[in-house]
Amino acid sequence: MEQMRRPRLGEFVIESLVKVAGLSSIGFVVLIFFFLLREGVPVFFEVELTNLFSTRWYPTFGLFGTLPLILGSALVTLSAIAIALPLGVVTAVFVREVAPHWAREILKPMIEVLAGIPSVVLGFFGMTLLAPVVRRMLGMPTGLTALTGALILAYMSLPTIISVAEDALDAVPKSYRDAGLALGATQWQTIWRVVVPAARSGIVTAVMLGMGRAIGETMAVMMVTGNAARMPLTLDSLFRPVRTMTATIAAEMGEVAEGSVHYHALFGIGIILFVITFILNLTAAATIFKKRRRGGLR
Amino acid sequence: MHTIKFSLEHIYFYYGKYMALSDISMTILDRQITALIGPSGCGKSTFLRCLNRMNDTIPGARLEGRVLLDNQDIYAPGVDVVNLRRRVGMVFQRPNPFPQSVFDNVAFGPRVLGLTRNKDELYWLVEQSLRGAALWDEVKDNLKQDALSLSLGQQQRLCIARAIAVSPEVILMDEPCSALDPIATLEIEELMRQLKEQYCIVIVTHNMQQAARVSDWTGFFWLGKLVEFDETQSVFTRPSQKLTEDYITGRAG
Repeated sequence: MEQMRRPRLGEFVIESLVKVAGLSSIGFVVLIFFFLLREGVPVFFEVELTNLFSTRWYPTFGLFGTLPLILGSALVTLSAIAIALPLGVVTAVFVREVAPHWAREILKPMIEVLAGIPSVVLGFFGMTLLAPVVRRMLGMPTGLTALTGALILAYMSLPTIISVAEDALDAVPKSYRDAGLALGATQWQTIWRVVVPAARSGIVTAVMLGMGRAIGETMAVMMVTGNAARMPLTLDSLFRPVRTMTATIAAEMGEVAEGSVHYHALFGIGIILFVITFILNLTAAATIFKKRRRGGLR
Repeated sequence: MHTIKFSLEHIYFYYGKYMALSDISMTILDRQITALIGPSGCGKSTFLRCLNRMNDTIPGARLEGRVLLDNQDIYAPGVDVVNLRRRVGMVFQRPNPFPQSVFDNVAFGPRVLGLTRNKDELYWLVEQSLRGAALWDEVKDNLKQDALSLSLGQQQRLCIARAIAVSPEVILMDEPCSALDPIATLEIEELMRQLKEQYCIVIVTHNMQQAARVSDWTGFFWLGKLVEFDETQSVFTRPSQKLTEDYITGRAG
């Protein structure tokens, strides 16, 4: 009996440690969430909703209209995805289906490295190299536009989109490819009509995750979008400066008095951002779950 | 008399340095069922995949010898592999319908090959193919349903329907019943007997009873060699080789 106990005690200690470690991560997330709520929710009482969702963000004059920021984020993110989606999916198809083995072995780690480039470096790159090109090409007074931000964000979300989409293509069973080829379809027909549709849910997930990364990105966006809080409602908005939610928080948080309305408003933006990314991630998770449950994939 | 569909002359097949088939020569007759039997890894599936060049997709695979389909060497330079595979259809070991609707599965081949001119023709072709695979009555009420919601036996018949939709001349079957229950297996075998009226059928099977039940000709493979090839009845009643007799009576393999 005595000998039985000792290993059990050790087991108990280890198990408890593992449990504490695991639960603490949940705890931290919950704490962050509560902190965000505590600091951000007051703004919804201090500022009336008509002001909060109006079109002018001018905190010095008590104007806390978040709409230009929300739309700015939406414009930059959606444009980024519109660029990154076709590019990412085609690259994933190339890496998984077309590239010879040796090229795949080189490309895959390089794509992962892309994901590791710090965003401030990309921002710097965008500011000094991309912005002048955009300015000259568009003949605009400034190269710091929504488009510049979208290009940088597209570049940033590409590694995520490529590697997740590549995994999705990889999970398509060889039997589908064999079936397509055996029916007399060419390699391209097999890829576009069989493999890509079969990987559709995984590709949707890839885009969702890429979008989640893009919408939450701050540094690079702040550096290249020009940060003018204007409503991006005209057709040429893409080629004009814009300000995103994240950039607003980062730029203004340093100079607000703690506990002021402005301070609460910035946290309020944080809550809105949190809700948006939460919904995106939830949608992505739901598609993954649906795919797993449908499971049939061998 | 049946015409010769495939004629194989001294086939050697390599995966890299490994020789999977050595010196195989045989003829396969049209509108007959030719069964290939033998233990796992004896090369019978490799042999089957030489007939529609599906082995081309494997890196390092190489074939020597001549494979003649209607007297044309299918490994000659300039042969259109895509067209070859349309002529020589294939049904795989596990049913592998695409994760699409029943209709779209059967319509896949005709669509990519542009076999039909309009919707009515396509619908007619899908119906004919499903009838040909003895599946029409079971799915006609809901052609839009997901192919993966069918039973495995139905899925395999769907794969056969998909294969015959492009009007092949030959149908290769790689252990088509190994994932199926006995009832579904009998349904597929019955279907094969009907199909041989129109097609040349080559089937790889682990199941010697199946070979004896459905085939007209049987080839016995052992370690990459074709040990015996003759009419099924002779192979099973008076095999010429001791090894064949040992295998079919269960003493070897």
